[in-house]
Amino acid sequence: MSTIVLKSIQKNYGAVQVIKGVDLSIDDREFCVFVGPSGCGKSTLLRMIAGLEEITAGDLIIDGQRINDVPPSERGLAMVFQSYALYPHMSVADNMGFSLRLAGVSKEERRAKVAEAARILHLDKLLDRKPKELSGGQRQRVAIGRAIVRKPRVFLFDEPLSNLDASLRVQMRIELARLHDELAATMIYVTHDQIEAMTMADKIVVLQSGIVEQAGTPLELYHHPRNLFVAGFIGSPRMNFLPAKVTAASDGATTIALANGANLSIPVRAGRQRAGDAVTLGVRPEHMRLAGEGELVGEVMVVERLGGETFLYTQLTDGTMLIVQADGEIPTSVHERITIKLDPAACHLFDSGGLAIERMERHPLANLRRLPTRKAS
Amino acid sequence: MHPKTRGKLVLTVVGWLAAGLIFFPIFWMVLTSFKTEVEAVATPPKLFFTPTLENYITVRERADYVHFALNSMIISVGATLLATLIAVPAAYAMAFFPGKRTKDLLLWMLSTKMMPAVGVLIPIYLLFRDTGAIDTRWGLIVVYTLMNLPIVVWMLYTFFKEVPKDILEAGRMDGAKPKQEVWMLLLPLSLPGIASTALLSIILCWNEAFWSLNLTTSEAAPLTTFIASFSAPEGLFWAKLSAASTIAIAPILVFGWMSQRQLVRGLTFGAVK
Ligand SMILES: Nc1ncnc2c1ncn2[C@@H]1O[C@H](COP(=O)(O)OP(=O)(O)O)[C@@H](O)[C@H]1O
Ligand SMILES: [Mg+2]
Repeated sequence: MSTIVLKSIQKNYGAVQVIKGVDLSIDDREFCVFVGPSGCGKSTLLRMIAGLEEITAGDLIIDGQRINDVPPSERGLAMVFQSYALYPHMSVADNMGFSLRLAGVSKEERRAKVAEAARILHLDKLLDRKPKELSGGQRQRVAIGRAIVRKPRVFLFDEPLSNLDASLRVQMRIELARLHDELAATMIYVTHDQIEAMTMADKIVVLQSGIVEQAGTPLELYHHPRNLFVAGFIGSPRMNFLPAKVTAASDGATTIALANGANLSIPVRAGRQRAGDAVTLGVRPEHMRLAGEGELVGEVMVVERLGGETFLYTQLTDGTMLIVQADGEIPTSVHERITIKLDPAACHLFDSGGLAIERMERHPLANLRRLPTRKAS
Repeated sequence: MHPKTRGKLVLTVVGWLAAGLIFFPIFWMVLTSFKTEVEAVATPPKLFFTPTLENYITVRERADYVHFALNSMIISVGATLLATLIAVPAAYAMAFFPGKRTKDLLLWMLSTKMMPAVGVLIPIYLLFRDTGAIDTRWGLIVVYTLMNLPIVVWMLYTFFKEVPKDILEAGRMDGAKPKQEVWMLLLPLSLPGIASTALLSIILCWNEAFWSLNLTTSEAAPLTTFIASFSAPEGLFWAKLSAASTIAIAPILVFGWMSQRQLVRGLTFGAVK
């Protein structure tokens, strides 16, 4: 059982504030992913939880106890580093058993626990090797093995898959998800890759320049992004943004006019918007449909065929670039003109400050949680 | 000739010249030690002569070489151990927990080496006299420790900087207390650097003459004092002085020769990695 609560956590490096007051709570057995562009403070936040970085202000509470001033060696957390940070002078077995050795666990017990972890991670045959005799993927496993051997309260991962090649990354992603399920432990995972975040997380925390832009389930962030930043960051390819003007606002729908004059009625809650206000329409590539008639007309500039689907990079008559996802089978080629039909229910509307205007319907899967199926034993 | 090849040739020649220049005095000293006193001062200098062991015999009769050599060894090793013991935690803190003034502090420490030692001779002499440290091994060990501390800290700092911070942090996450972190991770990982630092410190202590001549007389006198005792007031006996010097530097020369690979690897550790 491990819950983590962050209360207005701040971090200053000299005069520079890199974490600007983060409030967050992470539930027991939750897989929480910190995601955001490089330099936004993900690692700093994680390292503060680990105890490797001092907390300038705020409270860090694990299982009800404030642990700001507890040294990392006594927090009972395990961390997997991007560089793996294996002990080069120790064998794989000694690497994995180091924490137990420090804790004074007997040799036999140590061997048994290391063997158990090695079995889970398929490292059985490598136990006598030194880290430099291992491949990147194997080192990664050892680093994870070192973390699981000690049964920590919380697992911390700092971009653990960034140094692996693409296919191995996908494989490890699945394995980590499985491991989370099997260990039923609380995990915090840092990545800049929104796909990793979407696929593994119970809860995603989107960070930008030291503040939390939004925290929620993957589908909550996907269907109900709170602002333009989250809307653009989550989802791949990224959401299209089109400037628009409000022509009429009532409870239940806001009618907007696009730059080309097309009108669209979006089912959002009545907010402060008034006729004449500038707004931004957000539409994901996968929510656009090619049709005989529609709101948008443009010329295809680039065609990306992935086989199953096709991405059309389209230039609208006013010059705006748009990414449209279409079926893999369509014969459309470069310089063809296409007409796009928008589904108002799948559209997002953002006010002039970049904040989302709340949608009428909450997506049925927005609260879906992928908690471990097994009970913690 | 290809310009690159020519550059290499020039570099090689310059290298050999420099090495020759540095080595020549030692060569000449060893040569002189096998001459008679008359041959030793002959002009022009004689390159060919009948070697004699006479000087070595006289030197052995006149002074207890083993006594001085033992002092040199105990003092050099003792001071090196003590300096390393103090420098490791200092360098660890500076390398992995630097503050705003760490760089300045390091520079300041090194700058103290630029002060002429004579400047503090009187105060140190008085301190030694009042504490009964004159002509004691521990007295010299303390002085040599302090003398080499800046260099030892500086070198260890440089080597520690090469150890990835992540590895120590991983240790901390695994539950290592600072002492365990240093002992079980940092030291094994920077062993080549520590070895070369210790080697350099031992060599510096072994060759130190100013403090040993001023602060010791007989009991704790190391080999430098032993050599000096052969530049007697009644005149210089070059051949005997050379013989004494030769056997004084012989151990450290052999030691340095045996560990030269370690030494070079350590000193170029950061540069070629
Ligand atoms: N030791 C440090 N001193 C000063 N600034 C730092 C230090 N560590 C990180 N930063 C700054 O803090 C910000 C966040 O860094 P980091 O947490 O590593 O970002 P991320 O992991 O999201 O890429 C960056 O702008 C970085 O330059
Ligand atoms: Mg980072």
